[in-house]
Amino acid sequence: MTLSLVDDAARAASSTRPGGAERRGRMNARRRGTRAAPPLSVGAGLGLGAAVIWMTVLVLLPLAAVVAEAAAGGWSEAVRVLTQPQTAAAIRLTLVQAALVTVIDVVMGTAIAWVLVRDRFWGRRLIDVIIDIPFALPTVVAGLVLLALYGPQGPTPVDVANTRVAVTFALAFVTLPFVVRAVQPVLETLDRDVEDAARSLGADGLTVFGRIVLPALAPAIATGAALAFARGVAEYGSLVLISGNLAMRTEVASVRILGYIEGGDLAAAAVVATVLLAVSLAVTLLLGAIGRVGGRRG
Amino acid sequence: MLRLVVIAYLVLLVAWPVSLVFTGALSDGLGPVIDTFTDPLVLRALRLTAVAVLWAVVLNTVFGVGVALLLVRRSFPGRRLLAALVDLPLAVSPVVVGLALVLVYGSRNGWLGAPLAQAGVQIVFSTPGIVLATTFIAMPLVLREVVPVLEEVGTDQEQAARSLGAGPWATFRRITLPAIRWGVVYGMVLCLARAIGEFGAVKVVSGNLIGQTQTATLSVEELYMNFDRQGAFAVAAALSSVSIVVIIIVGLLRTRMEKRRGS
Repeated sequence: MTLSLVDDAARAASSTRPGGAERRGRMNARRRGTRAAPPLSVGAGLGLGAAVIWMTVLVLLPLAAVVAEAAAGGWSEAVRVLTQPQTAAAIRLTLVQAALVTVIDVVMGTAIAWVLVRDRFWGRRLIDVIIDIPFALPTVVAGLVLLALYGPQGPTPVDVANTRVAVTFALAFVTLPFVVRAVQPVLETLDRDVEDAARSLGADGLTVFGRIVLPALAPAIATGAALAFARGVAEYGSLVLISGNLAMRTEVASVRILGYIEGGDLAAAAVVATVLLAVSLAVTLLLGAIGRVGGRRG
Repeated sequence: MLRLVVIAYLVLLVAWPVSLVFTGALSDGLGPVIDTFTDPLVLRALRLTAVAVLWAVVLNTVFGVGVALLLVRRSFPGRRLLAALVDLPLAVSPVVVGLALVLVYGSRNGWLGAPLAQAGVQIVFSTPGIVLATTFIAMPLVLREVVPVLEEVGTDQEQAARSLGAGPWATFRRITLPAIRWGVVYGMVLCLARAIGEFGAVKVVSGNLIGQTQTATLSVEELYMNFDRQGAFAVAAALSSVSIVVIIIVGLLRTRMEKRRGS
């Protein structure tokens, strides 16, 4: 799914790189082109109408219904749901785990992108394929395979089933590609002359990385991190089998929502869902901001 | 050193677990696998997934190509708002998607579901609901791939065709569609993979009625919960094979599109 999301974000972030100016020139030309685009003909107008109606009945109306259902109970009801110990614990666990996995992804994702771009060794193409597996694999299968290896019947002595570590494992699996795929294209186009110059002036490897490479990668890393965090907060399928969904211990927000739905309390489900919607909206806005900052700097 | 850390991380997190799904499916030989894939309930689940995926790919392709043409080739009020809103489905949690659809299309209290139920149309807990959920979560995937390609190819050839007397439909079919076809196919492949794997949203709207509204991913969970470990692995292995084939196709298409762009 999000292959294209990352590509886009990377495209936005990569405009900070040297040579981005020419690219942006083309984009401006394009924008000028769209400004001169013809207004709607009758046929195109009908098409637009149909598209807007379809989006409204499929996406906008249902999402509005979630917020409306949450708002129907008023503030006091929303506060009551969110301070209920099991729900509060689920939301806290979700945010903490998503943040933890985002940190892991930033470190490991940058390292993986570095190895993919700068290292030459046999099997590098295979690693490139492995990175994409978490995007394409059904989430419930992701949970199943992790359980097969790190569950009670797995070949390893590690048994994390029904623990918080299992939540971390599952989220690390499904969010793996975000930072890698955001950083990789930027790293590929980085000008290595600057690094060589710094090294010839006596900077050691760590200084070169910290002072030259990292600042250039920062917008891409931030983009990947935001996407990974959003995915981690929203995740459901991969957690179902491996986390055990134990109340107060391994239950995440989306599982809690499902619990409310199955219990018939749609209003409470809508309150928690609105919190998740707010997080995804915030991340979308943040990504827009990163794109703009990146565009300005280059 | 860094190379070894990276390889170890990927093997432990992805490669080893994913390989186990295939060995797990075949752990007791082919017999149980054949049993699983001749089980009428599993077959129905696979058929339902196929139906939902087909609808999702067709609807999102028509929507994606149409809206991409509007966004890139036309100017109208609210264009930027529409461009921002189409990305929304990718950011929403699947369970929230399911809840949202139940609130609107639920046959008891849904905003639209109650009147529809009185007219005899049931959406939630039935196939149309599963189609809606699957379409929702994969909605922008074709659109996002087609927009950059459309921007890239420009309007020169289309204008030439129009000035030579071709109608809008002939121009689209003979000029625009051939130019954007790889972008469309790439988006459709992404859409297919996402639709096959959908779980959370479908779980909420389907009611998980076994043999009626159970999709392939739901049957993996069901089989596992009923201690049919090998059956779960067999269905999971089938789904994983599709995913891995999809990744390879996407990889090939991407190299192909990049080459075209470079030339």
